[in-house]
Amino acid sequence: MTTLTTAPTPAPAPPAMSRSHSAALSLRKKARQSRALVLPALFFSILMTQIPFLVTIYFSFLNWNQLRPSEIAFAGFQNYAVVFTGPDFFPSMMATVIITGSSVVLSLILGLFFAVLLDRKFMGQGLARTLMITPFLVMPAAAALIWKWSMLDVNVGMINVGLNLIGIPSIAWNTDFPVLTIIMMLTWQYTPFMMLILLAGLQSQSREVLEAASVDGAGPLRTFQWMTLPHLRQYIEIATLLGSIMLLQAFDPIAIMTKGTGGTKTLSYLLYERAFIGLDVGQAAAFGVVTVIVTIVVATLALRTLFKVFMNGGDR
Amino acid sequence: MRKLNGTLITALTWVLVLLFFFPIAWMVFTSFKTEGAAASIPPTIFTALSFDQYGLVFDRGMGSYLINSLTASLSSTAIVLLLAIPAAYGLSIRPIKRVSDVLFFFISTRFLPAAASILPVFFILKALGALDNITAIGLLYAAMNLPIAVWMMRSFFNEVPKEIVEAAQIDGANLRTELVRVVLPILLPGIAAVALICFIFAWNEYFLATLLTTSIARTTPPFLASFVDGRGQFLAVLSAASTIAVLPVIIAGWVAQKQLVRGLAMGAVK
Repeated sequence: MTTLTTAPTPAPAPPAMSRSHSAALSLRKKARQSRALVLPALFFSILMTQIPFLVTIYFSFLNWNQLRPSEIAFAGFQNYAVVFTGPDFFPSMMATVIITGSSVVLSLILGLFFAVLLDRKFMGQGLARTLMITPFLVMPAAAALIWKWSMLDVNVGMINVGLNLIGIPSIAWNTDFPVLTIIMMLTWQYTPFMMLILLAGLQSQSREVLEAASVDGAGPLRTFQWMTLPHLRQYIEIATLLGSIMLLQAFDPIAIMTKGTGGTKTLSYLLYERAFIGLDVGQAAAFGVVTVIVTIVVATLALRTLFKVFMNGGDR
Repeated sequence: MRKLNGTLITALTWVLVLLFFFPIAWMVFTSFKTEGAAASIPPTIFTALSFDQYGLVFDRGMGSYLINSLTASLSSTAIVLLLAIPAAYGLSIRPIKRVSDVLFFFISTRFLPAAASILPVFFILKALGALDNITAIGLLYAAMNLPIAVWMMRSFFNEVPKEIVEAAQIDGANLRTELVRVVLPILLPGIAAVALICFIFAWNEYFLATLLTTSIARTTPPFLASFVDGRGQFLAVLSAASTIAVLPVIIAGWVAQKQLVRGLAMGAVK
């Protein structure tokens, strides 16, 4: 590394070749090399995600029930007609919107609250933060089981034990309030995620500016409203979008805790049920395609915003 | 007055944090109880503790499911790193022409619900005789984690000082030496973080595992889910099995907290 400060020297070229020609050649070679670095990942991704999706579209036009494998036939738009006229799709979409929306909003609010609390200097700050992120690390299947049996059970669930202590009778969470149960569970899991991102945002705030505000006589609430929240905007956007995308695909707690009963049959659970319990491949594929279209329509605008945020931060 | 306020807020913080952590602490505590003590109301705090439930869990064959989980998680992470490190290099240090298009493509595959591809994947694997096959699961997990890995890795690559790379190029290092000798050592902590996050997501994955495996290749999450049928007493043994399942990831996550934030935000947060 002795040449740190010198200008780049052109690659040694045969005397017959012009200087610019050789430079262009080496540029082209470099571009080829760069492409060769990216292509394997690109191909793998296309092979594993895009091609199956195209096949799903093909399946969605077939009349194919696994119980009658010999009767596979082209069905046109029949499966889509069933999706839109049948009784399941719109309730399922509502369930998805309610469960995803409430969990995102609740975990965002709680996450912001905890981020503010943990941004202070206090005894055991590091330990508190460590404990706080744990729910997000816990295997969702294990979390769902522990919540179902150890926390929310009518007889031995600790939440009910706690409620009994303050004079409230036990609640059969899973069967009487399935939607609330799932939202609670997801909020518990995703609050740490929101908190981590928002905490990173809080800690990236310039201390001097905050101190200056305090010297100028701004109270903590006003400082928070006028300086911290605007600064956090970008972090809140990232947290919301990433959280929504992960929560939109949440499957584990529904499969384990409520099995899609009582208004918890989200689109991803509905598709699973159609394909693997109802064994109707064509119809399930149609549900899958519609789910993807809905997701794309909803996500496109969101993704654009997200992408802008991403590309603004950390670009070369 | 101000000091008192501070103490109050600290106390409040701790109460809330402990409430949030309670289900996990209670799970670990219950795993050391007997079934009788675990199911008693009011809950017993002072009771004989033992490792008996852990023995029971392994008697029920949890060992092989853990090994499957480990195989799928490690192999998928290795594949992801092999693909993502060069890709991130080509998207950051030696950028190709359409960097943002490629990045957009990767991120969009992450947003495609698993619902979009599960049916063909199921039938293709069935046709290949690769249902209940841990290699297939490893490949699928690699595809699942690749977008995050590329994004996150790119954000780490972006931080390698440009001068260092240029200096290496001027010194006549070819691409391979440049990558291995100069850039890689600077990136090791970042790569470790990417690996950790891919491992965590693979280890915790339930949807694909439950649909595409039945017995030989079954991983821990679906095993846990089928562990109890709700009859008899099972709280203590379920807690023990869950504790074993979540412990490796929790410890790893605790150790790498800082990098975790960046990984989870796909590199958008420093």
